[in-house]
Amino acid sequence: MSSEQVKHAPILKVKNAAISYETRYGDVEAVRDVSFDVNRASTFGVVGESGCGKSTVAFGIVDFLGANGKIVGGSIKFQGRELVGRSESELRKLRGDQISMVYQDPMQALNPSLTLGTQLAEVLTIHRDISRDEAWQRSIGMLQRVYMPDAANVMDRYPHQISGGQQQRVVIAMALLNNPALLIMDEPTTALDVTVEAVVLDLIEDLKRDFDTAIVYITHDLGVVARVCNEVGVMYAGEMVEVGSVEKIFGDPLHPYTQGLMRCVPKLGSTKESSTLYPIKGRVPAPKDRPRAACIFAPRCDYAAERCRQEKPELFDYRPGHQSRCFYSDDIDPSTWEPPAGLVSELALPGNGKQTPDQPILNIENLKTYYDQESSSLLSLIGMGEKLHVKAVDDISLSIPEGKTLGVVGESGCGKSTLAKTIVGLETPRGGEAEFLGFDLSTPVSERDVNLIKELQMVFQNPDSTMNPSYTVGHQIGRPLRHLGKVKKGEIREEVHRLLNAVRLDGSYYKRLPRQLSGGEKQRVGIARAFASQPELVLCDEPVSALDVSVQAAVLNLLLDIQREHNTTMMFIAHDLSVVRFFSDYVAVMYLGHLVEVGPAENIYSPPYQPYTEALLSAVPIPDPTAEQKHIRLHGTVPSALNPPSGCPFHTRCPRRELLPDNGAICEKEEPPWQYNTEEHRIYCHIPLEKLRKFDPVVTSR
Amino acid sequence: MTASKKDTLKNAVNQPSWLTKMWERISIVFESKVALVGLIIVLFWVTVAIFAPLLTPYTPTEQDYTAQNQGPSRAHPLGTDSLGRDIWSRLIYGARVVLVMLPISESFWLPLGTAIWGVLLGLIVGSTLGLMGGYLGGWIDEVVMRILDAMMAFPVILLYMIIIAAVGASATNVVLAIAIVGIPGIARLVRSLTLDIRTRDYIRAAETRGENPWYIMFVEILPNARGPIIIDAMLRVGYAIFAMGTLGFLGLGMPPPSPDWGSMVAKGRQFILSGSPWAALWPSLAIASLVVGLNLFADGLREESLRYQ
Repeated sequence: MSSEQVKHAPILKVKNAAISYETRYGDVEAVRDVSFDVNRASTFGVVGESGCGKSTVAFGIVDFLGANGKIVGGSIKFQGRELVGRSESELRKLRGDQISMVYQDPMQALNPSLTLGTQLAEVLTIHRDISRDEAWQRSIGMLQRVYMPDAANVMDRYPHQISGGQQQRVVIAMALLNNPALLIMDEPTTALDVTVEAVVLDLIEDLKRDFDTAIVYITHDLGVVARVCNEVGVMYAGEMVEVGSVEKIFGDPLHPYTQGLMRCVPKLGSTKESSTLYPIKGRVPAPKDRPRAACIFAPRCDYAAERCRQEKPELFDYRPGHQSRCFYSDDIDPSTWEPPAGLVSELALPGNGKQTPDQPILNIENLKTYYDQESSSLLSLIGMGEKLHVKAVDDISLSIPEGKTLGVVGESGCGKSTLAKTIVGLETPRGGEAEFLGFDLSTPVSERDVNLIKELQMVFQNPDSTMNPSYTVGHQIGRPLRHLGKVKKGEIREEVHRLLNAVRLDGSYYKRLPRQLSGGEKQRVGIARAFASQPELVLCDEPVSALDVSVQAAVLNLLLDIQREHNTTMMFIAHDLSVVRFFSDYVAVMYLGHLVEVGPAENIYSPPYQPYTEALLSAVPIPDPTAEQKHIRLHGTVPSALNPPSGCPFHTRCPRRELLPDNGAICEKEEPPWQYNTEEHRIYCHIPLEKLRKFDPVVTSR
Repeated sequence: MTASKKDTLKNAVNQPSWLTKMWERISIVFESKVALVGLIIVLFWVTVAIFAPLLTPYTPTEQDYTAQNQGPSRAHPLGTDSLGRDIWSRLIYGARVVLVMLPISESFWLPLGTAIWGVLLGLIVGSTLGLMGGYLGGWIDEVVMRILDAMMAFPVILLYMIIIAAVGASATNVVLAIAIVGIPGIARLVRSLTLDIRTRDYIRAAETRGENPWYIMFVEILPNARGPIIIDAMLRVGYAIFAMGTLGFLGLGMPPPSPDWGSMVAKGRQFILSGSPWAALWPSLAIASLVVGLNLFADGLREESLRYQ
């Protein structure tokens, strides 16, 4: 082999790999027949829904499958050497030296009781024959390389002393210290905020170029794939169903599953009036239910023919470098796709929204919710210490018109959830006024009138904890009916069935326990429970962020349906800006307990922007590799709400300060004024509107 | 019509009957050998206690002065004590008080034994305190937990002796003592479980519908804490039996001549060296086997239920 060939040979070559887990019920094949190549200085993205075997593939490469997992077939070649069948000690050496991994949660990858420097230097002293001092110096260099501010000092800190984004940077630095040929990243940004995610994704892009590393990048987020990957493999139910370059996968998807995924995610800028989300019917089959001699996607495919159910398609080269595991990829044209009857209800189709006069139903004036925090001094022990407050919601004024949806966005810790909790009465406000349907909202829920409680309900984020595991679905939907007395005693059962029907679950779910339900189904039950008392206002706290994209589409459609049917008003909290744009009529942007911009959704997503909104928008990963996105990155982290910055809360990170005289000296001293772009659209900023209007739009798609 | 019939049939297949569901719950015991061994030992004692009158021709207090301090024989399978009473009869009648009946007065008794009633009473009070401390928090939590801390500062055996010495030795008072001694531990366990469960979204959902705190504590939280509580209660029944034995040994158990394992050991102790160890040996073995059996059962169940998660 000539050196030229070696240079172009793939770093990693996976061929027909199959991985099984031993369980009490026999072997379960989690991954089968997976083939792909990863080249030098290129990122291969593995994308798919949860339970499709993405992580199993990643762990399989380094045979890190745990006691009950094993590779049962195929070959995995790393730099031309076969990895399958190697001894544990050889693999362990390889894992630290040539192949590195970065996991989802940086806190679990770092040892909390050792300083970061010790952990970084250890990587070098163990795998390379170098002294501790030199290892220390090299580690500092690597931290600087991943743009860690104050690198030399960070070496002496412990993991809990730096932020989540910085922790992930340390983990990436650790992975790169030995200059590995292959880097495996398993959802490295899923636990991070969008603004931090954007910085980490940029970093990954830079490192790939500078270090010539091959990267396997595992994620469920199509937007992230579009941003960082060169090649993409789409996984479904343990099989690779489509492999190709990122432009081809997004521009000309061949497999019906990939096409289905694309229809599930809202594009940034699409709205519920202009477009519809189409969920994929059915659900991912459990490993034991996967057919061996048939197309695995056939039961959910709109194009499935007889052949698909009798014969298993191979990964076939339809175009150069673009493979699809489908018999009919040449014949399928996604642009002529028609949704099958019943997939989406008539109501969910665009243009069916009832037009109502915009009477505000909820009015909030200068609302403040603080959490007390005792200082740790001795004085506070005897009650004389300084009282500190976490200003979770500080001086917020907004209103929601009847039948409309207000989306609330912002980084984690900016007070979105506290705002919802205050409205619903789980927290008591410290100041300000809130009025809803003539009721005063400043009392806690235990002191509220039952008529107010009926009209104000909440949908929660985590499908696994939204239902009480001890009671059946029917009991839990029936409880608000019984407790709030909305229907007569004898009609409760009937009403529960009607509600189940409304969330597209059939009567057999009445007697099921939560553990027999999938995440999406649990979330539907949570929605049915919230809507049981036919409330006027429903607060949704990240109702879809823990769900897979196809389930997310179904749940969003369901919420839209119910809203259109009952003219319910909603507050929709989410961190996914595309979903918020799709779902909301109005959007409020929060930062550090403050509202910084509020207005109709289309105004928020186009200039004039509040600088924070602009930064958020430019950080969102967009599932479209051809879209042009402005490159604005925020540095540092959200300051502590215990001790918020004076003046404008955003002044410590604002990238637009230089537009003001004295580099924005006024931002530190004075609170900015509310500037009205239109009657409904207002911006909290010192920069004059004329200047803000001149900003370019953040996203331009070609 | 046919279609709907088919649907019901299908549901019948998909939805297992309550019998199979019960069996699934019970079969967890057979998954673990440890739990099974424990269960067999416990069931042995429960059975002999229930059927005690059928398993022996003697009453536990019947004295036979012609046969004192004898070893096992055909007439007395485990031998006799210093007053010529049949040890087997005394053992199985003693097991009755521990496991299957609680004598309240001469003519009135309740089903379930002293140890079980003691733990149940402790569970009711301890769980309530734990739920209140964990869910309501604030000053209630502080006051309740500090009082319980103070109780925990006493050595367990000392606490038992103080209570029994104060209220006198009787079955109901032993129940009381077991309950009081158990309360701090149970309350701490339930409190820690409550602190975890109260952060779940379904508790938020109950709060947003304006449920009252007692409903949330007993209907929403308590059922989800039942697993660890049941295991803990089984272990506690074991400790309670142990404590009853100790109290009996120290002369604070059931008033004589009622058959009490602890006092049997105490009485038989003086004859061990004079060549008739049986009167002390058998009740000691009885206490040990029952406590070990309960511990094995509880441990096995815990391991097995953790594996299912």
